Amino acid sequence: MAEADIRAKRPLSPHLQIYKPIPTMVMSILHRVTGAAMYFGILLVAWWLVAAASGPAYYEFCHAILSSWPGMIVLFGFTWALMHHMLGGIRHLIWDTGHLFDKETSTKLAWATLIGSVGLTVLIWILAAAV
Amino acid sequence: MSMRTPLGKVLGLGSAREGTEHFWRQRVTAVANVPLTLFLVWLVVSLFGKSHQTILDTLSSPLIAIGLLLTMASMLYHMRLGMQTIIEDYIHAEGVKILLLMGNTFFTFAIGISAGFAILKLGFGG
Ligand code: HEM
Repeated sequence: MAEADIRAKRPLSPHLQIYKPIPTMVMSILHRVTGAAMYFGILLVAWWLVAAASGPAYYEFCHAILSSWPGMIVLFGFTWALMHHMLGGIRHLIWDTGHLFDKETSTKLAWATLIGSVGLTVLIWILAAAV
Repeated sequence: MSMRTPLGKVLGLGSAREGTEHFWRQRVTAVANVPLTLFLVWLVVSLFGKSHQTILDTLSSPLIAIGLLLTMASMLYHMRLGMQTIIEDYIHAEGVKILLLMGNTFFTFAIGISAGFAILKLGFGG
């Protein structure tokens, strides 16, 4: 097998560019994208903690960047990614038990994940603005 | 006819020699991440924009510091496993793959040690 030509023109199964996007597929992609984005986003959490441990001056600098407009947009995106990945993750955990797999239910779950994540994100920011 | 040896079947480790350990740890950390995420969001929402002194006072509480350590540990372990899957899915050149998998571990540890040190320093009183 080591000698096999892996670049040979073999028939491929249909893939992303060929299938029409459907809700469950989009949610699957978003689960990966949000996970990967937070992989780097968690740098901000670590930075914020290190800044707080470094003293008032550096903390103010860190906070000024995070609370600037670009900073807030990134944090808003982070909040949504976290909420979306959390709900999507819970969906995965339910599937792991063998439940809610059928086509209609999983499509409904996909929409629920999206609507739920947007709802929770807005709720969190309303709370943040209120305290 | 199965081509698997009786020993292979009993060990149940599969071709990656890891069995279901990766999958299982991804699930355990996923379950832990749910309450820890709610804790982190609550903490950040209540602290964002507060004075440095308030941050010091809050994070010097053992419960908060322990909660933050647990949150970082679980999230970092989980995201390292997740990124490993992503790398293994898309990167097929052996050398690059091994470098990226090492980088994944270095990145995770660098963040974990930095955040962990900061949390402990704040926890012990700034
Ligand atoms: C909030 C609670 C969370 C839950 C319930 C959760 C759940 C999950 C689950 C079940 C998977 C496996 C998906 C699969 O097998 O296809 C997964 C993958 C992943 N998670 Fe999480 N997760 C959470 C938080 C996080 C956080 C905070 C991060 C990053 C800092 C993260 C990063 C990842 C990554 C990178 C993957 C791999 C994605 C993939 O293979 O497509 N997760 N998560």
